[in-house]
Amino acid sequence: MTASEATVDRRAAREAAKRERARRGQAIAAISSVIVLGGLAALALTSPGWPDVRDTFFSWSAFKDAFPDVLSGFWLDVRLFLVVEIVVLVLGLVVALIRTSRGPALFPLRLLATVFVDLFRGIPTILLVYLVGFGVPALELSGLPTDPVVLGGIALSLSYGGYVAEVYRAGIASIHRSQRDAALAIGLTEGQALRHVILPQAVRRVGPPLLNDFIALQKDVALVSILGLQEGFRVAQIIAASTFNYTPMLAAALLYLCVTVPLARVVDRMGAGGRARV
Amino acid sequence: MSAPPVLDIRGVTKSFGELEVLRGVDLDVREHEAVALIGASGSGKSTLLRCVDLLAEIDDGDVLLDGEVITDPAVDPVAVRRRLGLVFQAYNLFPHLTVLENIVLGDMRAHRASRTEAEERARRLLGRFGLTGRERDHPDDLSGGQQQRVALARAFAGRPRALLLDEVTSALDPELVGEVLEAVRDLKAEGVTMLLATHEMSFAREVADRVGFLYEGRILELGPPDKVLVAPERAETQRFLRRLLEAGRV
Repeated sequence: MTASEATVDRRAAREAAKRERARRGQAIAAISSVIVLGGLAALALTSPGWPDVRDTFFSWSAFKDAFPDVLSGFWLDVRLFLVVEIVVLVLGLVVALIRTSRGPALFPLRLLATVFVDLFRGIPTILLVYLVGFGVPALELSGLPTDPVVLGGIALSLSYGGYVAEVYRAGIASIHRSQRDAALAIGLTEGQALRHVILPQAVRRVGPPLLNDFIALQKDVALVSILGLQEGFRVAQIIAASTFNYTPMLAAALLYLCVTVPLARVVDRMGAGGRARV
Repeated sequence: MSAPPVLDIRGVTKSFGELEVLRGVDLDVREHEAVALIGASGSGKSTLLRCVDLLAEIDDGDVLLDGEVITDPAVDPVAVRRRLGLVFQAYNLFPHLTVLENIVLGDMRAHRASRTEAEERARRLLGRFGLTGRERDHPDDLSGGQQQRVALARAFAGRPRALLLDEVTSALDPELVGEVLEAVRDLKAEGVTMLLATHEMSFAREVADRVGFLYEGRILELGPPDKVLVAPERAETQRFLRRLLEAGRV
């Protein structure tokens, strides 16, 4: 046998071994999944309490009855989430830009922006919703909104505006100084450098953490229920309280997941794409 | 009366805290002239170029561009930078923009050129530097040598009075140095005025009309390359060149 024939044989043998390893790996994964997951399912289904659990949490009839009402309540969550998200994106960017500005004339604004972030990021969101939702109408001043939906939206915007401002600020700070130098060197003003060179890179970099905050926001929208709003969670709670069955809660949870899980997959994909570029 | 030099650097000093980087640099660059700055790492070459482009503020002295003082605090640095082009050692291209967008950004935003006009100029420059077909690529898709040629095109797109080149080949793999030097040679042949910091002695010798040896924050020796690089007067220059020779850099 010549040396080159031996090389070819070994390569074929290596490839066969690799295929064999992959096949064995898949088989082991399948078998262990069946054993573990099947075992857990069998354990749950054969346990003495299972029928009670099933009737209380997984009642198909209760689900069917409650779902339309929970869904219409959830629609308020979705609309509020979308509006607040846009407000937060703009508010956070403005606060972050003020905090990263340098001019001495902007000092008072910088101070205010810092206080804004410390304050609204530091207060529990539920407290803020309560404070704005009940406190502002109690002032009885004309011109101030009294609609609990608007007030709840304002409270959520303030709270998440603080978080998102810091995310933006971290993004801006993460762009290397040499990018600013290069932008100034081609004759751009500081403002143009920020707009055309630094911000586009910063925003791209903070895409995943921003979306992460939006998943959190989407869940926290349920906090406006304390203002008496009939949103998804509150509707489910009311039905559950009157029927002693928690399946409506599960319906509400399912609706939240329908929004947050796709968002999470977008975050994953952005992370992968982000590594490839920038 | 003859025209003033394009760049006139007079007694420029610059410190970073306790560290005196420039201790009174005098240097002029005349129209169509290429002046090469040589000197050890940390001798202040990059700092000098950054001071001329007003990216760093000098402590004392003056820099004149076409006879006008540009280092006066009353002078708008943006207007000055629009008359100069600076190419960095690490290219500093904008990674979120395509090659073409990198080049037209300054032309459109700083020089108010129309998109058509700026793109036409950019394409011509890309063609000249052997980069036709790379317009839509992002900097990450290019080799270091290609990126540095885009950076040259970007700096030159603003039609600067003088090009400042800061060690433009120092970050490159050895086999990519030649293509960047070729592009600089091309600009020099066209008569572009330039002040360049370099470690490539053979290149300094070929392209530069004069070579300045920067040592401990001052220009210690200045003259034609055949003089400064071949038969330097000062012992410090001789020592510097000998060390380069031993390192195989000449």
